[in-house]
Amino acid sequence: MPELSYREAVRDALATALRGDEDVFIMGEDIAEMGGSMGVTQGLLDEFGAERIRNTPISEMAIVGAGIGAAIAGMRPVVEIMYEDFLTLSLEQIVNQAAKHRYMSGGQITVPLTIRTQGGAGWSPGAQHAQQLEAWLVHVPGLKVVYPSTPTDVRGLLWSSIYDDNPVIFFEHRLLYPLKEEVPDELEGIPLGKARVVKEGTDVTVIAIGPLVHRTVAAAKEAEKDGISVEIVDPRTLQPLDEETLVESVKKTNRAVVAHEAVTRMGFGAEVTAVLQEQAFDWLDAPIERVGAKFAPLPFAPVMEQFVIPQPEDVLAAIRRTMGR
Amino acid sequence: MAKVEKKRALPDETLREFLRDMLLIRRFEEKVEERFRAGELPGFLHVAIGQEAVAVGVCRAMADGDVFASTHRAHGHTLARGTPPTAVMAELYGKPEGCSHGYGGSMHLYDLARGNLGANAVIGGGLPGVVGAGLAYKLRGQEHVALAFFGDGTTNIGTFHESLNLAQLWKTQTVFVCENNRWAESTPGWQHSPVWDDMSKRALAYDMRAIKVDGQDVEDVYERTQEALEHARSGEGPVLLDVDVWRLHGHYIGDPQVYRTKEDIRDAAEHHDPISHLRERLDVGDDEFEALDAEVTQVVEDAVEFAKNAPDPEPEDALKNIYA
Repeated sequence: MPELSYREAVRDALATALRGDEDVFIMGEDIAEMGGSMGVTQGLLDEFGAERIRNTPISEMAIVGAGIGAAIAGMRPVVEIMYEDFLTLSLEQIVNQAAKHRYMSGGQITVPLTIRTQGGAGWSPGAQHAQQLEAWLVHVPGLKVVYPSTPTDVRGLLWSSIYDDNPVIFFEHRLLYPLKEEVPDELEGIPLGKARVVKEGTDVTVIAIGPLVHRTVAAAKEAEKDGISVEIVDPRTLQPLDEETLVESVKKTNRAVVAHEAVTRMGFGAEVTAVLQEQAFDWLDAPIERVGAKFAPLPFAPVMEQFVIPQPEDVLAAIRRTMGR
Repeated sequence: MAKVEKKRALPDETLREFLRDMLLIRRFEEKVEERFRAGELPGFLHVAIGQEAVAVGVCRAMADGDVFASTHRAHGHTLARGTPPTAVMAELYGKPEGCSHGYGGSMHLYDLARGNLGANAVIGGGLPGVVGAGLAYKLRGQEHVALAFFGDGTTNIGTFHESLNLAQLWKTQTVFVCENNRWAESTPGWQHSPVWDDMSKRALAYDMRAIKVDGQDVEDVYERTQEALEHARSGEGPVLLDVDVWRLHGHYIGDPQVYRTKEDIRDAAEHHDPISHLRERLDVGDDEFEALDAEVTQVVEDAVEFAKNAPDPEPEDALKNIYA
């Protein structure tokens, strides 16, 4: 089994799709010669040429909107928005156009567009280069939202996103790009809407996404020193949400924590909490705990940034609270 | 009205077809105004009375396989491209027989089979899409063109500038049709744009070809659009059509137009009606015109009957068509 970094895994999915399918092309800011601001698309220009690896002007509305038009015309574009903070510039096209063409047309229009973007704190970029905005997108009917946490998942889920007939917002996390893992020899799609049980356990379920999956793995090791057995579930796809796997896990452990790097208030975890409350209330032995960023823009000073974003200790504290310890 | 002395490229027979299409759109929209005021039509509606020559001239110039994006003022574009009046009217009544199956309404008329990629209720919302479609045709070696209609108000929004820049940069197979009726809702052109009386200047910044068009003259619209389509189709790059046009009615049905003088409204109707203009040019006498009018009026009446009698959707159909 080859070992790939998260970054290489994204690139591999893109290259495999580009190699096998003339209808796939990619466009975004600085993705060609430079290989993208995160180096994800390095080498693709050499292999596939400038017609299919398209550097764009700094025009987020046009990047997404042109992707929509090319998708409607029958192609499978993958567009890159350099930082998810800049998604805000293209929200009109995402929310009013990509998400709604199929619906407003009564099913006539298909928009097989993948919008890749990345974000995440932990390197002091300040308030406009590291936000986690997935909660904004999961609120919009018509979009699919994916947020993988490992090289295997990012490769398989990106493949499935490219070949999904709906607009997909694909979140990557900056700090995960160097993360390495052995991945399957052959690229296989991972179905959208299927959660992954990262680790089995019996006392408490932590439902975590993105970097919080890894911070939860660290927290779980500490908890186990105290005899607390933690099950970790990564939804991977936030929309559609694999409610069944989440609910089944909580029915087994009777306790739940939800964890993400985005601001806790009104976050994705709030919706997961509501789902668990609706479907597993009678199985719960403790209030559901939420872990996320404090309600502040991301600060620049490293000590303040670390204070705002959730750490393994925050997950551990939440696990302990559900156990009454 | 003085006769325009001009060499005609189109045979009278074709122009008579255009006259019929324009009159059909006019009667259709007048009927829509009437049924809306009677409380039969949900939502709110915008008519393009006075702008029929643009709809017919542009849509008749498009070839099979060409696509377009429209605006909140889309009835004319949709009818001119051949969507049956029954399907458009049924959409306005919110019926599954409608061209968007009741999911869209007046501001979201779609007809993919006829290249209608959707009317858009967000100003400038459809422009980036036609750049992408025009890019796709280029990448795939297809000789189609993607075209967008929009108004003068749109030239101030970001998508307009990003779209023109990208289209010209990549020479996508795209045509931009600016229907400059000199009103952005109630705001006159001179209050919203430094180049309100010559939108072709907008193309200069992008080194894009612009063509000025008399939007009250269907033949001019048809010929200039053909020229633009051929330019885009051949890979020479996109074109901005700067179409001077008159909006004879308000922004929406029921708009009292308090921002416009009565003289201006009267002058527009008397001197800038593209249907009167074409009728005069073709020398259509009263008898012939009345017969044509009766025919299209009946088409519209039939469309209303069809739409009214069509069944409503099931409420739970609202949960369909969200995902492919």
